[in-house]
Amino acid sequence: MSMRTDWSRRRFLMSMAAGAGAAVLAGCDRLSQNASADAVLRETEKLTRDAQRSLLGRHALAKEFTEADLSPVFRANGTQMPDSDEYAHLLEREFADWRLQVDGLVERPQRLSLYDLKRFPSRTQITRHDCVEGWSAIGKWQGVPLALILSAAGLKPGARYVVFHCADELEQTLDGSGRYYESIDLLDAYHPQTILAYGMNGKNLPVAHGAPLRLRVERQLGYKHAKYVMRIEVVDSFGAFFGGKGGYWEDRGYEWYAGI
Amino acid sequence: MTTSISGEAGASPAPRRRHFIRRHSLTVRLTHWLNVVCLAMLLLSGLQIFNAHSRLYWGKYGADADYAFFAIGSEQQNDVLRGFLHIGSLRIETTGFLGVSQEDGSATARAFPTWLTLPSYHDLGAGRRWHFSFAWLLVSNGLIYLLDGLFRGHFRRDLVPGRDQLAPRHLWHEVLQHARLRFAHGEEARRYNALQKLSYLAVVFGLLPLMVLTGLTMSPGIDAAFPFLPGLFGGRPSARSLHFITASLLVTFVVVHVVMVVVSGLWNNLRSMITGRYAIADEGEKP
Repeated sequence: MSMRTDWSRRRFLMSMAAGAGAAVLAGCDRLSQNASADAVLRETEKLTRDAQRSLLGRHALAKEFTEADLSPVFRANGTQMPDSDEYAHLLEREFADWRLQVDGLVERPQRLSLYDLKRFPSRTQITRHDCVEGWSAIGKWQGVPLALILSAAGLKPGARYVVFHCADELEQTLDGSGRYYESIDLLDAYHPQTILAYGMNGKNLPVAHGAPLRLRVERQLGYKHAKYVMRIEVVDSFGAFFGGKGGYWEDRGYEWYAGI
Repeated sequence: MTTSISGEAGASPAPRRRHFIRRHSLTVRLTHWLNVVCLAMLLLSGLQIFNAHSRLYWGKYGADADYAFFAIGSEQQNDVLRGFLHIGSLRIETTGFLGVSQEDGSATARAFPTWLTLPSYHDLGAGRRWHFSFAWLLVSNGLIYLLDGLFRGHFRRDLVPGRDQLAPRHLWHEVLQHARLRFAHGEEARRYNALQKLSYLAVVFGLLPLMVLTGLTMSPGIDAAFPFLPGLFGGRPSARSLHFITASLLVTFVVVHVVMVVVSGLWNNLRSMITGRYAIADEGEKP
């Protein structure tokens, strides 16, 4: 083989390799927008969820910290002040008129005031809040274990998920699909650290962090921790709500199982 | 370049100038190339995820109000958007590359540019799906490689440096030879040199496991299952920083690795990682 043909062959192979690299990267953008390719990638979510659930077991607790570990400033994210007349009225009266509605597949639907919630045994926990974006903050939360509320309401057969309807609209839409909502399954709903928090860092829950009530579901990422909770609905499937993926951010591309 | 092509030793009675040995097993070759794909996809999707919050912290918590030892950001200065890189108290303007770069024809605030992220446009959810999918693939591939290497003696035979290779005089000699871009020929080229072995061991048993562990530590679910993990790295924000630093070290390794592959005989190296066959120049001959 002569040196010359050797070189041209090499140059050809090199340009082939470079071209293939560029094509692969351009192709990835196209694949990301391709429904069936995205569906394959979404299978990973189930793999991750099943793997984590088998490692976690039912009751493994998220680490709890001490007062010394508290973030000096706890970043407020998402909605900082719900933009509705209804919420403005509730805030004006310091949530005296606010009621938490508990309904759906329950034996005894509830309408609970903040005072009612505070009469339940409370749990206080200092935990790390992990945002999907990558930042973390440590805060102290006080609230009522969700399990107590669900027990008070009594689940009907077929109950599988708990859906949290919120007061804030992150996206202004005509059909209301921009309203924040979230869902968790009963395994997380009955976890001892899953609480409906009305207190933060020793004070009433501030508006920026979801007053009067927010969810804490400590083994998952921040977007699961719904703020401004107005209504808890127990369902057998969350497919009928808005985009059908089980949450505001889930409808916009994030995973329903947010343990990673 | 030789003009004669030779077969296996003893295959031809004609005078030979080189012969082939089998250098890489099929498992090593397959896992190597799958690893190339995984690392490339993980790097690009990882930078997409990093772009969602382009600051690094040390400790148990870290958000905007806390001190970041590393940050990529942007600032509006007299109608011009400028990009900056902060490392400690050092501040470097990086407009056009980091902090601010072109997207859809206009200067856009984004930490890493479109050509370094997967997808190229901003989509954290898609970036995470790519990242976790290829992370599963990387870990599965890595486990196959590790088990194969342990049971078939690849690590013991090919990667653990010989006693002679670890002598300080020998190591120093190798460093000088590398600096002059002179590489072993003939029978000595049958085995990896000590610097090669040590860097491969560092990647296989150091950087890649560290990458996986720091990645897992960022998961609140995994932290609940294995509470010692965040403590091991000093907290989730620390683990995230180490994840980024380790990724940078892996990129450095790949750059040096590719340069070494090129200068020490690109086609022979490439052939051996594709077909397994590696040419050894017969003693006393130039390859």
